[in-house]
Amino acid sequence: MALLNIRNLSVDFATGGGSFRAVDGVDVTVEAGEVLAIVGESGSGKSVSMLAAMGLLPWTATVTADELTFDGKDLRNLSPSARRKVIGRDVAMIFQEPMSSLNPCFTVGFQIREALAQHLNLDRAARKKRALELMEMVGIPAPEKRLNAFPHQLSGGMNQRVMIAMAIACGPKLLIADEPTTALDVTIQAQILDLLTGLQRDAGMGLILITHDMGVVAETAHRVAVQYAGWKVEDQPVKDLFQTPHHPYTAALLAALPERATERRLPTIPGVVPGQFDRPQGCLFSPRCAFADDRCRSTLPPVQPPELGRARCHYPLMAPATEEAQ
Amino acid sequence: MLRFLFSRLATFFVTFVGVTLISFAFIRVIPGDPIIVMAGERGMSQERYEELSRQYGFDQPLLTQFWDYLTGVLQGDLGQSFVTKKPVWDEFFALFPATLELSLCAIILAIALGIPAGVIAAVNRGKFFDRALMSSALVGYSMPIFWWALLLIIVFSGNLGWTPVSGRMGLLYYFPTPTGFMLIDSLLSGQDGAFTSAIRHLILPTIVLATIPLAVIARQTRSAMLEVLSEDYIRTARAKGLKPWRINGLHALRNAMIPVITVIGLSVGTLLAGAILTETIFSWPGIGKWMVDSIFRRDYPVVQGGLLLVAVVVMIVNLIVDMLYGLINPRIRTRK
Repeated sequence: MALLNIRNLSVDFATGGGSFRAVDGVDVTVEAGEVLAIVGESGSGKSVSMLAAMGLLPWTATVTADELTFDGKDLRNLSPSARRKVIGRDVAMIFQEPMSSLNPCFTVGFQIREALAQHLNLDRAARKKRALELMEMVGIPAPEKRLNAFPHQLSGGMNQRVMIAMAIACGPKLLIADEPTTALDVTIQAQILDLLTGLQRDAGMGLILITHDMGVVAETAHRVAVQYAGWKVEDQPVKDLFQTPHHPYTAALLAALPERATERRLPTIPGVVPGQFDRPQGCLFSPRCAFADDRCRSTLPPVQPPELGRARCHYPLMAPATEEAQ
Repeated sequence: MLRFLFSRLATFFVTFVGVTLISFAFIRVIPGDPIIVMAGERGMSQERYEELSRQYGFDQPLLTQFWDYLTGVLQGDLGQSFVTKKPVWDEFFALFPATLELSLCAIILAIALGIPAGVIAAVNRGKFFDRALMSSALVGYSMPIFWWALLLIIVFSGNLGWTPVSGRMGLLYYFPTPTGFMLIDSLLSGQDGAFTSAIRHLILPTIVLATIPLAVIARQTRSAMLEVLSEDYIRTARAKGLKPWRINGLHALRNAMIPVITVIGLSVGTLLAGAILTETIFSWPGIGKWMVDSIFRRDYPVVQGGLLLVAVVVMIVNLIVDMLYGLINPRIRTRK
């Protein structure tokens, strides 16, 4: 049985202009010890679907799902106190902006020890010892000194390491990393990714990596889910996806990678992601798709079988990427 | 921290001189000659008028008068009242403890109720609790104080007879007041029931005086909390599986305290200086009533000295507030 199993997840936000569907019928499964990358542009609902699974969305959001289980527990009808026993201990999450994700009023040591105090039966001395261990594990130099530092006294990279230390404090089975490197310098990005994959391997935990960086995906993920405008449009093992993308959107994304460009001008995807008020009738990608026809513009596309990457497309692509993208 | 204190003390001194100038000028701007007011309806002869003018120094140019006043103040001499002939200093400290006691009780009540009310309202935003609390806060904020005080007196003193109508202490008790704080002095006196009497006298004025600060603090806490609750670190706290009271009461509230403390500091200032209505209604022998009476009597030294001392107290409160900022939010500490 999968560690995390989400079937037909939808999230609606109540906005001033009516209800907005940010996530629409998304399935996510993660096995123990697997690294899943969720890729998509801003607004594709990749963060929102994970926040929904964690129960961290604001009160304006309505979450529905046919199935939402973690480690055999149904997260949908868990009482708040039972959910708190899972969240932070068995599933942990780190976020995009390490600077604003840590509370500015408390030392990082306090914030790490707090996670330990919440879920584990450790006394004061043991908590401090464990906090130091964790800080060492995530590569914070001179942890004894840093324990009493406030977040604003550390760099963004150091703060993200603190976030990671906090997240793995109770030995989670699944770690969700929501664009963990987006706000960091390029050199720090690589270090943080190495750290995450290293921890994932050593602890054998599941890792969901939310990102819009295809390079990151290629280096770290086992499997990739591509999201577009609240839909999951494709789901494949990483090698297959880079070799043979089945959804035109995935193919266009890959074609836009600088490493793959063959011409002087980088290929782009024309148009923008549809917003709340300009959602097309049929396939959401149809206005930007090079292959779209009348059927695409009028009828919702089906989900193709796993051999075709579960592509949500009327006409999934069959041939390897490089030729299709031209 | 030391540099911070020094720079604050420098501003403190500038404000101090500014306040002496303003209080000196303001009372002289009001029409009405203090000597003529002193003479009353009987009037006085021209010779007597000139003699008194000389005696009080009013025949000197204004600048000289101010200079004499300022040098006196800097040597700790605030002059003496035209009316009672007692030093301003003594009068102030005979009355100030009553105002301070009442103000402190009021601000403590306002904080103790206002902050939890604001937090509860923010956490239940848009729901019944929020609406009920914020509506009552609005009513409390906009209600005329004297009307509210009279209403309370009618119900609790008149109809129910639970509290005394006015004053600080029952007539049955008499004891020395070394500190001037009735709660402390009544305990020190060892007389049975004196302390209870002091508390019963304090209840209504405290409620009346606390009403507006309470409403302001509750609304400020709510809006600060709402802002903080949408911050990333609150999401992190929830992702850690912390209990709601810990997220709201520790992680959020501590960050929301900065604007709330500002409002509390401002309220303390207005309470100390502006408890006039409350003091009048409850015949509370504090400095509010004393200052108003002195203005009517054109008692220049009392008005000047009283204003100055109140200003100094308010400046001290502000200094404490500034230091609390750093205590609560470490980012402010290092920036200074």
